[in-house]
Amino acid sequence: MQLEILIEKFQQKDEKAFETLYNMYSSSMQGVIYNIVRDTDIAEEVMQDVFIKAWHNASTYSAKKGRFFTWILNIARNSAIDKTRSKNFKNSKQNLNSDFFVDILETSESLDTKTDAIGIAKFVDKLAKKCIEVIELLYFKGYTQLEASEALDMPIGTIKTRNRNCIQELRNMVLE
Amino acid sequence: MEIKAYIETGILELYVAGALSEQESREVYDMMQQHPEILQEVLEIEAAIIKLTAATSRNKNENSLQIIKDQLGFNTNDTKVISIAKPKYNWLTYSGWAASVVLAAGLLWTVGQNDQLKSDIQISETQQSLLETQIDNSKNNLEQANTLISVLRDDSITKVPLAGQGNFASTYAKVYWDKNTERIFLDAQGLPAPPEGKVYQVWSLKLSPLTPTSLGTIDNFTSDSNKIFEIKNANESEAFGITLEPAGGSKTPTMEELYTLGVV
Repeated sequence: MQLEILIEKFQQKDEKAFETLYNMYSSSMQGVIYNIVRDTDIAEEVMQDVFIKAWHNASTYSAKKGRFFTWILNIARNSAIDKTRSKNFKNSKQNLNSDFFVDILETSESLDTKTDAIGIAKFVDKLAKKCIEVIELLYFKGYTQLEASEALDMPIGTIKTRNRNCIQELRNMVLE
Repeated sequence: MEIKAYIETGILELYVAGALSEQESREVYDMMQQHPEILQEVLEIEAAIIKLTAATSRNKNENSLQIIKDQLGFNTNDTKVISIAKPKYNWLTYSGWAASVVLAAGLLWTVGQNDQLKSDIQISETQQSLLETQIDNSKNNLEQANTLISVLRDDSITKVPLAGQGNFASTYAKVYWDKNTERIFLDAQGLPAPPEGKVYQVWSLKLSPLTPTSLGTIDNFTSDSNKIFEIKNANESEAFGITLEPAGGSKTPTMEELYTLGVV
């Protein structure tokens, strides 16, 4: 419930509420964006942009349509994808590597400075390829269930149960 | 228990991902309002995803928040200088003004304190809900442990040791079969972690003629810490066996990869 109050205040343009939400979600958003653009400076810039957009469009958010996290996650994924389509970006990056999010985790220099990262690295280490694919598409790339089902060539039902099992494992690792 | 079944469909994970249609999201929202268990589940899924995505972030620029605030034109702390006019007035006027300045400053200060306290409360509440989640998890663990103890003590339970076979002679497992509730508890502590792309599959066997029936694969072998798995078994089993199979399991057991076997 407290999160609802915070979001309500944010929608009423409360600067402090904005700052709290920023602290809650900015790392997560920067991670998602970085996974798409693969450039630290650009990721930071897009992330700033996402929070500016969120502030200006605060009134369009409605809890009935989805979680606040999901709302801002959508803004982040869309902004990052837009960025990769811009002309400047295309010129500077000829071909984006197609690594999965796990590859960034493994190369992340800051890994040992984050307390949760150890648990997550452990999780990813044991994570089956099938989990990595489905998490990548649904959370990092923003595929709908239908798109994911087509991309992985499996029925929607399978995507759902597989994803549930994978997230279950993730929760066991990081929420204990 | 339809709430549990609803959670098990995996729809909530897709809800957090934003992979549902607007209509479906609205339905989840309504369910969440009616059932606190569903809300709790969504909160946990969300927390796990936030942690995972945050772990892929780079070192953040400390100035980002300030850059955003500047762009949005947020108030920076302006300090106003109050200049004191020439001594034209008597002491009463001075002290009157001084008192009201002090009063105003005091009021501003309490308003600020109040805001600070409100946000402190919010932070505490968030922490509290995190702790509640942890307590819940612990309770679940305790319940599991208690179930296991009651199983170990129950006389009506059949204990079946499974001995290592062939190349896997050093492995072992144990099955505790509760016929009344048609389930087995498999203690797989004596099995090594399966190699990547493989899973253990549990079989119920009839001996003459030899007919294996799959009881399913153990997909969470590595992540399960106590290595005790509860599996449904409504069969009239005469023996139990465990084989290593490709992920997803097989229709029939691969006998070369038979790890352990035990007759009831």
